[in-house]
Amino acid sequence: MSPVSRGFHGRRRVPPGEAGRVPPGQYVTTDFPVLSAGPTPHTRPENWTFSITQAGRGEMSWTWPQMRALPTENVIADIHCVTRWSKLDTHWQAVSLDTLLEQVEHDAHYVLAFCDGGYTTNLPLQDVTGGQAWLAFGYEGQPLPPEHGGPARLLVPHLYFWKSAKWVRGLDLTSEDKPGFWETYGYHMYGDPWREQRYAGD
Amino acid sequence: MDELDGNAIGGLLQEVFGTEMTASVGTCATCGATGPVAQTVVYLRAPGTVVRCRTCTSVLMVVVGVRGRNCVDLRGLATLEVR
Amino acid sequence: MAGTTVRGRLTWQVATVSRLADETPSVRTIELQVPGWPGHRAGQHLDVRLTAEDGYQAERSYSIASAPGEPVAITVERLDDGEVSPYLTEELRPGDELELRGPIGGYFVWDADDGGRPLLLVAGGSGVVPLRSILRHHERSGATTATRLLYSSRSLPDVIYRDELDQYRDGVEVIYTLTRSQPPGWTGHAGRVDAALLAKVAWSVSQDPLTFVCGPTSFVEAVAGGLVELGYPPGQVKTERFGATGATGGT
Repeated sequence: MSPVSRGFHGRRRVPPGEAGRVPPGQYVTTDFPVLSAGPTPHTRPENWTFSITQAGRGEMSWTWPQMRALPTENVIADIHCVTRWSKLDTHWQAVSLDTLLEQVEHDAHYVLAFCDGGYTTNLPLQDVTGGQAWLAFGYEGQPLPPEHGGPARLLVPHLYFWKSAKWVRGLDLTSEDKPGFWETYGYHMYGDPWREQRYAGD
Repeated sequence: MDELDGNAIGGLLQEVFGTEMTASVGTCATCGATGPVAQTVVYLRAPGTVVRCRTCTSVLMVVVGVRGRNCVDLRGLATLEVR
Repeated sequence: MAGTTVRGRLTWQVATVSRLADETPSVRTIELQVPGWPGHRAGQHLDVRLTAEDGYQAERSYSIASAPGEPVAITVERLDDGEVSPYLTEELRPGDELELRGPIGGYFVWDADDGGRPLLLVAGGSGVVPLRSILRHHERSGATTATRLLYSSRSLPDVIYRDELDQYRDGVEVIYTLTRSQPPGWTGHAGRVDAALLAKVAWSVSQDPLTFVCGPTSFVEAVAGGLVELGYPPGQVKTERFGATGATGGT
């Protein structure tokens, strides 16, 4: 076991305090760490589109103005990163994925989100519907900055935050659950923080 | 922008491979570029360590600590010549 | 030890802080007593790991500031919003323990028997640390290879190891450039390292120089690019990037 470094505290970690709000193995942080697997894309809204497709079945896409014309929600969520930090009461401005998915003809069970820069992540369709998931373009009342996934990212707070894909550009609807980026490299296919599903096999 | 290079993972790679690896020469399986591991583009602040080709940005190597063990994916490298 | 592959799994071990020395108002050198230290090569680094009482851990890499044969020392720059550097530069005391592993690195290293090729060292900010190890090794080994250090800092008070660097002569030249402010009467260079300054300082490619560039990522990319434009083959410029903030792995 490593010896304790006298006087070292690290970044401010708030003791959970409220029972039931913080999943096992997490600590609460007051900052918003930036994690990334590659260079930050800088897509401008005027060049941005979001598309939902089921091969051979249905397709729909939205430009930025079309997406922004859809009903917007103010979402307050606790978010939980698999690297063990949790951030409570984060404020987002977002369009519900229900609103977008309703406009596409499909019979899929899974989605694979794809993003600028090549990142992907997979989710069951039932986890991105029913008011559980959003396309977020605003954070704390400001346009979502690029380092946090702007112009738009997924927001799926009930799962580990690697599922809330940054720089998202669309969803492929599929009949099978296909592993995305981190899932391919050993992370859990589903990622429920409350059951501590960090890695495949957990 | 926290892009580092392969020098930053010298310790991790030595832990994984049992020998110094930053001077080893890799070939990108996507674009064929070759060069020392020290010259790759490294992202440390992520759920795993991601090593990318400086020429084409494809992923060369990913190291994830799964339940305390290092899991290494080398599919992005066509070859790795230990020096 | 030139060319020797470092073998064996690296293990974490506990070292003791023996001495502290303030280099500038925000930079401190930490000398360590490391049991069983196998020796190191100029340019190598070590990884440091801190553990808080609740088990939280943070890990960073720091270049070794001392030459082979000297006691192990690292030089750390305190970054305002850093997590580790404020602890190392302000809280750590002689007698404290520090968990580390090393020495690490086989690419960004210089050995005194590197063929007598002229040496160009280009440092941005705290990137001077591994290059200082190279300079000290160069001196201690009695090497006579022509050497230049081009060192970019924000201002004169930010220059690390200033007194030591000012002592070099006889084939070792130190060229400073100050990017943000210069003291009255400053006769050295001002402004960032650019193509013009590189053209003045860099050895000609025909001299088959060895080149090491270290500092923040954007500095290293700009300098390496500038050297390639002067005709340096990319593979001959060895680089070590310290990220946006000056230490690898975070602040």
